[in-house]
Parts: sequence; C-alpha cells; structure tokens
Amino acid sequence: MAIEVRNVSKAFGDFQALDDVSVVVPDGSLTALLGPSGGGKSTLLRVIAGLESADAGEVFFDGTSVSGVAPQHRDVGFVFQHYAAFKHMTVRDNVAFGLKIRKKPKAEIAERVEELLRLVHLDGFASRYPAQLSGGQRQRMALARALAVEPKVLLLDEPFGALDAKVRKELRDWLRRLHDEVPVTTVFVTHDQEEALEVAEQIVVINEGRIEQAGSPEELYEDPATPFVMGFVGPVAKLGEVYVRPHDIDLELEPVDGGYEAQIEHVARVGFEARVEAHLADGAPVSVLVTRHQAAEQELEPGQIIWLRPHRVHEFAVA
Amino acid sequence: MRADQSRATRLTLRTIALLYLGLLVAVPVGMVFYNAFSDGLAAAWASVTTPEAQHAFWLTIVMVAIAVPLNTIFGITAALSLVRGRWRGKTIVSALIDVPFAVSPVVVGLALILVYGRQGWFGGWLTEHGIQVIFSVPGMVIATIFVSLPFVVREVVPVLREIGTEQEQAALTLGASPAQVFWRITLPAIRWGVAYGVILTTARALGEYGAVAVVSGKIVGETQTLTLHVEEQFQQFDLTGAYAASVVLALIAVFVILSMNLLDRRKEKS
Amino acid sequence: MASAPASDVALPRARRWGLVSARPAIAGALATAYLSLVVLIPIAAVLAESMTDGWAGFWKAISAPQAIAAVKFTVIVSAIVVAINVVTGTLIAWVLVRDDFPGKRTVNALIDLPFALPTIVAGLTLLALYGPKGPAPVDIGFTKVGVAAALLFVTLPFVVRSVQPVLMELDREMEEAAQSLGAGGFRVFRSIILPTLLPAIASGAGLGFARALGEFGSVVLISGNIPFKTEVASVFLFGQIESNNTRGAAAVSVVLLVLSFVLLLAVSWVGTRAERHAR
Repeated sequence: MAIEVRNVSKAFGDFQALDDVSVVVPDGSLTALLGPSGGGKSTLLRVIAGLESADAGEVFFDGTSVSGVAPQHRDVGFVFQHYAAFKHMTVRDNVAFGLKIRKKPKAEIAERVEELLRLVHLDGFASRYPAQLSGGQRQRMALARALAVEPKVLLLDEPFGALDAKVRKELRDWLRRLHDEVPVTTVFVTHDQEEALEVAEQIVVINEGRIEQAGSPEELYEDPATPFVMGFVGPVAKLGEVYVRPHDIDLELEPVDGGYEAQIEHVARVGFEARVEAHLADGAPVSVLVTRHQAAEQELEPGQIIWLRPHRVHEFAVA
Repeated sequence: MRADQSRATRLTLRTIALLYLGLLVAVPVGMVFYNAFSDGLAAAWASVTTPEAQHAFWLTIVMVAIAVPLNTIFGITAALSLVRGRWRGKTIVSALIDVPFAVSPVVVGLALILVYGRQGWFGGWLTEHGIQVIFSVPGMVIATIFVSLPFVVREVVPVLREIGTEQEQAALTLGASPAQVFWRITLPAIRWGVAYGVILTTARALGEYGAVAVVSGKIVGETQTLTLHVEEQFQQFDLTGAYAASVVLALIAVFVILSMNLLDRRKEKS
Repeated sequence: MASAPASDVALPRARRWGLVSARPAIAGALATAYLSLVVLIPIAAVLAESMTDGWAGFWKAISAPQAIAAVKFTVIVSAIVVAINVVTGTLIAWVLVRDDFPGKRTVNALIDLPFALPTIVAGLTLLALYGPKGPAPVDIGFTKVGVAAALLFVTLPFVVRSVQPVLMELDREMEEAAQSLGAGGFRVFRSIILPTLLPAIASGAGLGFARALGEFGSVVLISGNIPFKTEVASVFLFGQIESNNTRGAAAVSVVLLVLSFVLLLAVSWVGTRAERHAR
C-alpha cells in the first residue's frame, strides 16, 4: 500500500515537531526516515499510524484519506523502540493478540503464530514471558506480533536503537531479508545513517520538522540537496566555499590550478586507506582520504605542505 | 575492637527495638486473645454467636461489600484520568483525593450529618423522598466510603505511571478497541496495585469506628457494626464478648497483613 | 479492513482515545463528582456550619475553655508522641534493614498490625495489658499516659515505613568512605546517615502527627474522657455532636482540619524538595 503524507504539521506546545511535511512512500518499498533525534521523524511515523493527530495536513493510504481513522482501524503494524511487549502474556499470546481481537478460529491462530515464530527464529520460545527474553528476541517477537495481523504497512520506530552493536547489525540484515520475503510497505525511523544506507531503498532525511531530501541511498550520498544532508549521510570536508567528500580530493605535492594550500598535521593509516588530517592557510581543518599506496609513494608526513584540489564538488543554493 | 563494639551496639539496638514492639504491640495483642479465651472456648464462641454479634458481623460485611467495589471502580477511574488525561483542575483533584487521610473520623461523621442529616443540605429532599441516611445504614456506608476512599487511587497511580502507554498503543495498532485495551492490557498490567489497594480499602472499611459511630446512632441489632459491637460490649462490662469480637477483627487484620506480604513478593517478582 | 462496517459508529469516540482523548476527561469528571458527593461537599458543609454565626460565633466556639483544653491537650500529646516516634521509628527501621536475626520477617509484619487492626480494638488491646484489670503492674486507664500509649500504638507504622525504604537504598559506599576516613560508628550515623534520612523521618512524623490529631477510636476507651484532663479534641467533638451542638463542633473541626492540612502540605513540600535534592 502506498502512503502519502501531504502538508502535515504538528506542534507540542511551543515545539514545532513537524512543519508542513510532505512525503510519498511507494507501495512495497522499504523506506527509512533518517535524522537527528528531536527532528520530528518519530512524530511523523506516529502520525502515519494514527497515534498522534496532525494539527494540519492529511495522510493518504492508497489515495484515501485516513485522517479521521483511529489507529485500530488503519491496518498498520507498529513496532516500538522499547518493544512494548505485553509483559503479562507469553510470547505466543503476544503474537496471537491481534488475531484474537479479530476473532479468528483457534486452529488458524495457532498455525499462524507457529509460522511467524519460525519466521523470526523464536520457535521454542512460545511459552516464555517477555521478561525471559533478550532484547533482540523481544524485538523479533514485537515484529512477529505486528506482522501477525497482515498489516498493509509496517512501521518501526528506532527498531534497533536499544540493542547493542552486534545484535543491531544482525537484525539489520535480517530485516532486509525479511522485507524480501514479506514485501509489505515498510517505514522505519533511525538516527543512524549507516543503518539507513544499508537497509533502505528510499531515505527521507528529516531535520527540525522539515524534509531535507528524499531519495535513494545513492542519490543522497552522491547528490545531497543541502549541506545538512551531505554532512549527515557521510563525511564531509569544506574547501573554501565548496563542500566535498574526503575521497573526492586530489592531493598534490606541487601547486596546482584551483588547489588549496594546506599543511599536514597527522597521517592515520587505516587498513587500505590513509586519512590525512591537515589545515588550510586560514587555519580551517580538513581531512582527505587517499589510498595507502599513494600515501607511501608521496612520503606524506606531518609538517609537509600539500595542495588540495577537489575533483567533485557540491554547491548548494544559499540556505 | 571496633567489630566487638559495633556488635554490642547492634545487639543493644535490636533489644531496644524488640522490647518496644513487644510491650507496645505484641504482648497487648496477645492479651486480647488470652482474655477472649480465659473463660474457655465455649464462652468465647457463645459470645460471638449471639444474635447481636451475628447481626453486627453481617452488617460489617455489607459495609465492605458496598464500599470496597465502589471505591475500587472509583480508584481505577480516577487513577486513569489523573495519569493519562490532561484536563483542567487535575492537580487540585489529585490533592483533594488525599483529604480523607487528613480528617478526623469524628469530623467525617459531623460532615455527613450536616449534608445528609434531617437538617442537612440535602436533608429536605431526602426526607421528601422517604430516604433516611443518617442514623441508618446508608449513612454508615457513606462514612465507610469516605474514610477508605484514597487507597486504590494511591496504589494504582504509581503503577500506571511506571507501565507507560506503549503497551496500550501497541494494542491499539493491533486492532483492539479502547475497551479491549483496558480489559486485556491495562487492567492486567495494574492488577497487583489494584489488589493491594483493595486489601487496604477492605482493612480500613472493616475497622472504621469513629465516623460510623457518629452517623449510626448506635442502635443495637440495627446499625451496629462489629467495631461498634466491641465498644458496646465493653461498656456493658461483657468483657469476654468484647475481647472475643476483637479476636475476630484481629484475625482479619492478620489475614490482611499476610495477603499484603504475599502481594509484595508477587510485585517484586513481576 | 474487514471489521470496518461494524465499528463505523464507534469511530469518532475511539479516535479521541488514542490521541489526547476526551475519555480521561470524562472519567475525571465522574471521579470528581463521586469525590464531591462523599468528601468535598460534606467538608464544605462543615466550613459553612462553623461560619453560620460569623466570625464572632466561630471565635466564641473555639475559645470555650473545654474546647481550648481539648485541642491544647491533643496538640501537646501528639507532639510528644511524634517525638518518641521519630526516635523509636528510626531505630526500628534501622534494626529491620541493617540487622539480621531469626523472626525478623514476623517482626517486620508486626509493624503493619496497628494499621490493619481496627482502632477500637487497639484501645482495648492496650487496656487488656495496662488497664485496671490487666496483669501489668501499672494502670494507664483514664490517664494522659494512656492516651499517649494509644497514639503511639496507632502511629507506629508511619516513621518506620517511611524511613525503611530510604535506608534500604542508602549507598553503603558513602558510609564505608566515611569509615575509611576515620569516622566512628556514631559519627557516621550523625553526619552521613541521618541527613539522608531526615526528609523521610520528617514526612513520616508529619503523617503521624496528622493522624494523632484526629485519632478517636483507640483513645475513646482508654482516656475515660475526663474534660480538662484526658479529653482529646475528637472525643470532645463527639460529645458536642451527641448533644446537638453541631455549630460549636463544626468550629473546632475547622481548627483540626486546618492543622492537618498544614501538616500534610508540609509533608508534600518536604517530599518534593527531597526529590529535587536527590537528582
């Protein structure tokens, strides 16, 4: 199901969480809402789910406005950052909850729950209580619970935010594969650009209640619309008035046309690459990525004077 | 040397604490049991099975059976609206719920007479409709409700705060109606808090004396609860009767404490 | 959306619940109505009744010698009882948290007994041991000491139950640090433990004080209700109500109400202040 958010605004007291936001989420896509915390992305997700009402604007599911529809009638699956596990119910009863509400036959519920628990690798845990599960297991249970009712949209609010780095990475890959298996329109909120770039097909960058840019991961990385997006989705260096990715800078030992003079402070060799920390004539710091091979050949060392020339720059309309 | 010293201090403090509790609580309560049975089990049994005693017992049960459910419904409703709602006057109402803790039972009785008595604010209307509240069971029920009103609210409010709203929102997105959310998610999540509040309410309702004494008119065999019966027997120099009825009340108190401890352990677990 | 048709009617109401919701407000209104009928309107009636004859009437009622004597005795005896509670309550809490001995759990449960036991039974209980016919070599029946004993009994749990949890959470490291700096046992208690416990002690004492001021059931049998001697305020009020002097009773009730409210306000003030300090 396609989602369209049209001109939505939402304020909490004096705080403008969403300011005239419009987004289109294509049917079957996997979309990330990316931005710093407090930027409004969770609020947008909650407005789509019907858990918050917009002050202005509307949300459309497949072209039909759902603005007046209560969350329980929107057919969305919502996964909360802190799982929202029903603590007094077993894993089985948690997953079966939506089906029981819909008064499905018992046999059908049992079968569907079993199937879902297999899908999220929790078969064998059906009789446990949430307190007896790890964070990652609880999150997978929450996903199974949301998927049980066959929602038309799956919404995930910082789904991996409360997990440690390793489990996070595993679940990330798993979510990607799950979306291939169960191709339901999925929107997830994250403040982690790496997570968004790796998992999502479409990324919507939100900052201070406004959409900065929406597009594929490549578009965002290669062709950022604003300095904010450029800085948020990857490393950035500033040479005079232009923004450039550190690996899009040519490092020369002789003066070159359009080059900026700089002095090396530190050279760090990390695996295949070498990161050169330097400062420009006006004292502004800049960091450049070169290959390890180049660093060795040029015999780069602290104190050395170098010339930097961007071979791919980004210029933005005055913000 | 220091270890010896701290051990001596500890033993001294322990002795003082136990002596104090023994002299103030344990031995006196033990004496009540002793006195109740000093004329033999048969005499004690006979004195708690007189028609007056039985009537007092049943009237007490009636008080509890009306006051506790009403205060429980009120308590859950009030707690939900205080924690989940945003409405004008919320902070004032929250503070006013504690008023019964600050009011002397006798003042409670007086206050009810002034409103529901024959000459009271609602007295005229009530008399016209043939309803007698004061010096009758309804007044005693209201007095019991008054003194035991805050317990459920006070127990449930912190629990509601702690569980937050995420579980309820999750249930909503899974298709549950607000009523289903309440019965299947909210109520089970707060059940131990409610149970604790109900026990405290019951204990208070069973044991109330002052407020009920003022509005009851103390009519033997009619408006006499178990606590009033204890006082009556004592004033009539039927000490066995007074002590035996006290034993019944004390046993209920012990039962209440046991249930509270049980619930405490339950709460810690979950 | 198979369930849509059936739920169409309920939609507008359901919608508000998930949002900022009118429902809690309706629930709040109902709860307020109940509270008003049972508690607030009757209390208002007491205030109104006390003012029927204006300030002069109010003043006359509360300055009657018997009323003054009863209120004065109540305040003094309650203050003494609270002072004793502060010491014994803290001590008992300390023993229950830091000490370990067989039967500790039973002793811990015993603390709740004065709360669970009906007040009239509490009075009878003390008379059974310390009354004229009791086996103890004292007779506190119809004495001021008897009144104090009854109040000590019913207010026992307040300080203990308020101090206990704070003592349990108390950071042991702080004490050990003080000890390593050479502080002796009593010094550690006075300069480290006591300041941390103070808000809890104060709030327990305040609640106990409020309770003692209004106490009736446990006192009524023990005190003998001798005017100008052992008559507490609530017993005095009871007598006035029985002799149909509701106006005078209302005036003295207002005095008691004001005292209790001030105490409870102070307790909540101490509570919020302590919370702020803890952060």
